[in-house]
Amino acid sequence: MTTFRNAAAAFAFLLSLLFSGLAAAQSDPAALFDQLGKANFAETEKIIAELGKTGDVKLVPAFEAFSAGDLYLRKEDGKVFVARGTGATLQLFNPATGEATGEAAKGALTKLKVNNTVRRAINNALGGLTLLSPDKAVRFAAAQAVLKSPSADNLALLEAALEKETDSGVRTIMEEAKAVSLLSSDRPVDQKKLAIETIKKIGGRDAIGILRSAEASVDASLKPDIDKAIAGIEDTLKLWDAAQNVWYGLSLGSVLLLAAIGLAITFGVMGVINMAHGEMVMIGAYSTFIVQEFIRQNAPELFDWSLAIALPVAFVVTGAVGLVLERSVIRFLYGRPLETLLATWGVSLVLQQAVRSLFGPTNREVGNPSWMSGSFQLGGLAITWNRLWIILFSIVVFLALLALLKRSAFGLQMRAVTQNRRMASSMGIKTPWVDAFTFALGSGIAGLAGVALSQIDNVSPNLGQSYIIDSFMVVVFGGVGNLWGTLVGALSLGIVNKFLEPYVGAVLGKILVLVLIILFIQKRPRGLFALKGRAVE
Amino acid sequence: MSLKIKLSGALLAAAMSATALSGAFAAEDTIKIGVLHSLSGTMAISETTLKDAVLMLVEEQNKKGGVLGKKLEAVVVDPASDWPLFAEKARDLIAKDKVAAVFGCWTSSSRKSVLPVFEELNSILFYPVQYEGEESSRNIFYTGAAPNQQAIPAVDYLLEEEGVKRFVLEGTDYVYPRTTNKILEAYLISKGIPKEDILINYTPFGFSDWQTEVAKIKEFGSAGKKAAVVSTVNGDANVPFYKELGNQGIKATDIPVVAFSVGEEELAGLDTKPLVGHLAAWNYFQSVEADANAEFIKTWHAYTKNDKRVTNDPMEATYIGFNAWVKAVEAAGTTDTDKVLDSIIGVAVPNLSGGYSTVMPNHHITKPVLIGEIQEDGQFSIVKETASVVGDEWSDFLPDSKDLISDWRAPMSCGNFNVATGKCGGKGK
Repeated sequence: MTTFRNAAAAFAFLLSLLFSGLAAAQSDPAALFDQLGKANFAETEKIIAELGKTGDVKLVPAFEAFSAGDLYLRKEDGKVFVARGTGATLQLFNPATGEATGEAAKGALTKLKVNNTVRRAINNALGGLTLLSPDKAVRFAAAQAVLKSPSADNLALLEAALEKETDSGVRTIMEEAKAVSLLSSDRPVDQKKLAIETIKKIGGRDAIGILRSAEASVDASLKPDIDKAIAGIEDTLKLWDAAQNVWYGLSLGSVLLLAAIGLAITFGVMGVINMAHGEMVMIGAYSTFIVQEFIRQNAPELFDWSLAIALPVAFVVTGAVGLVLERSVIRFLYGRPLETLLATWGVSLVLQQAVRSLFGPTNREVGNPSWMSGSFQLGGLAITWNRLWIILFSIVVFLALLALLKRSAFGLQMRAVTQNRRMASSMGIKTPWVDAFTFALGSGIAGLAGVALSQIDNVSPNLGQSYIIDSFMVVVFGGVGNLWGTLVGALSLGIVNKFLEPYVGAVLGKILVLVLIILFIQKRPRGLFALKGRAVE
Repeated sequence: MSLKIKLSGALLAAAMSATALSGAFAAEDTIKIGVLHSLSGTMAISETTLKDAVLMLVEEQNKKGGVLGKKLEAVVVDPASDWPLFAEKARDLIAKDKVAAVFGCWTSSSRKSVLPVFEELNSILFYPVQYEGEESSRNIFYTGAAPNQQAIPAVDYLLEEEGVKRFVLEGTDYVYPRTTNKILEAYLISKGIPKEDILINYTPFGFSDWQTEVAKIKEFGSAGKKAAVVSTVNGDANVPFYKELGNQGIKATDIPVVAFSVGEEELAGLDTKPLVGHLAAWNYFQSVEADANAEFIKTWHAYTKNDKRVTNDPMEATYIGFNAWVKAVEAAGTTDTDKVLDSIIGVAVPNLSGGYSTVMPNHHITKPVLIGEIQEDGQFSIVKETASVVGDEWSDFLPDSKDLISDWRAPMSCGNFNVATGKCGGKGK
């Protein structure tokens, strides 16, 4: 069945070749491949297009090999081969037929260079060649490749493929690809009009791009249609843009929330101006790195779980660092904010330099698990997985912390100590230990934030520095000592920032946000959600 | 607020480390050279490698018998990423330690900070990093790339090979990207690219939330013409930038990004699979196929005892500067600054891409420009190599500097000679 399909396709294609006036003899694949050996990038592009036009599916593996950098030139006779294998000798295969043709030493071969232009040409050719593949996923990818690079050459192929296609998902993409290719062909105007309608339905920036590039080449009578289609797409895009800004804002807000929420405990609840907070985040990120390194070496199959494993590790490690820090430095400085500031600043430098000496000054690679890579479309929104997960994670951390403070015995003791230390002490609460564990908790949460931030930022000794100011900003803006304030503060700062950014740019946007906060603090010195009552005094 | 705290922090750190490092003692029969690279603070990420590179070169030179029959001795100080401290440390090196030459600095701010010190105390600085040009000092040798040795050939590649018609000039907001983008904008307009097809955008240092910027690039690229990004984004901000590009699905075949600050070292902290095909322009890549390079990499791995350590462009620039200095000292027969300044001009030493680099009268060097595409293994595949290019200190594409030249040889001896007025002393320094 498959062979029949392929044969039919090849036949249809041969016909189209005849019509387009190309002599079949001109495109002998083996000779064309050998020409690649001496070609520059521009010539290579032409040869690939020529090879693609043969419609010969046997060439697919050779194209894939070319794209992967497995196509080699044999120096002695200037012939081109697909070469595979590791080590000093490589297996050679004829690129046109796929037959094995002996082997050669690596030194006797030169790798054929690939650049973006060549890669694009290969993708186009592959798209055309695999439209009739028996594998649904391959057809889908092929249709998408054709959609990306409209060319009238693919039209006949697409039509042949559409006749056979049964899967509706693939059909839709093929229809779209056909419409796109049709615009750059010499088909009659009424067909193109329909094509413009189809493209309009695709929507999004890509559709605008396709229409704009077609505008220059099509018949003048079609221009109004194209303009109308573009205007229509832009109208819908405007709405989506606003939604996209809210999304970006939420995502930035969730990062700010994560960075600040630990500080909301150490600074907000305990009143310690903890300049080493950023370094706790950094240590959390490095814990993730260590966990991932361990997994890479010992159990690579667990890699997708690495973040889940890193969370408790980071929490415990940074919590322990926080505990030591509180017991050794901070407990002697309660009630002396200036000294605390200087001491914790010093600690932050010590921690940075310690990490620098241990792990080196350069960035460490923390990989994204597969479920955190890439993006998906939600209507007109492009939502990246890593941001979505970080938003969810920050909400979970926030709720868990809230539950801990409000519903647990430790939370009760903690609130008791912050509200009235002497009373709490006379009720039998060991206030020094509550202090120590509160600080450890705040630090541990900073460590959790580090795990999340390792997914979107550099894991370097400087990681913490870039978040410390923002964290203080969020806590002060939201209202010291109030977790809900931190939540609202982080999200509103994120959204304001992301609405300003498209208009005034990132640099000015950030400055404007700071100015707004200064003005706001003048009006409400205690932030958004000020604590009331005796506890404040 | 942020800056102030950073600075005071850096000062503290520097005060701690300075006493430990600069107290190196020396016997009388050595020649001392200074190493002025940040080993702590934000720039340590880039500069520590260069300190190691100088130490390795010193060790290698000493194995060959040193210079003028004396051993070389490196005096390492830590200016802690703090620009004013760079000037203090430079003064210490020259006045107290009496070093014959200094290898150091990374950022332009640190170079501008030490420049008056080197001129006042008449010593020599070898500056190994690509920079924005518009400067020429009698006491500084710029062995990194000037804009015409990096930015302009890269844009040419985009125009010719990739057929790019729209350009996003994306940079971090400081002097190097701003000057480079000014030069590039003028150059692109001279190449017939209309102004509305050039988008210039800046982000703050250490910027990490690239969602909006990447969306903007996507939008700019959907105008029906082939678009590309020319990135002068600085070190730390690159990782989140590339991650966001990868996540939003912008592939190099759609919108290629050519970067001037991303090399092997920066890629070491990244998963490069989604980045294959994005470009960088340098004068050296670790993947260069040349005997000198193979030798250099071998020595580097042996010196650092780590065969995974990558080499990069500023290391090559350090290598060229160091060897040119050694050759000039041997030609002059002394380390005396004035004599070495005379003898070094015209000195040609092998570079690592298989050719020779010559020190020109404008204190810049000749070297080829390489364009590389990022590979899955974090290395670059070289897709274009130009002939040797002379570094142009005063850009021909800026109205203020197009009439200026620099020539530090005897009769002229001027860093900013104005060919229009025929006088030394145009605009700039």
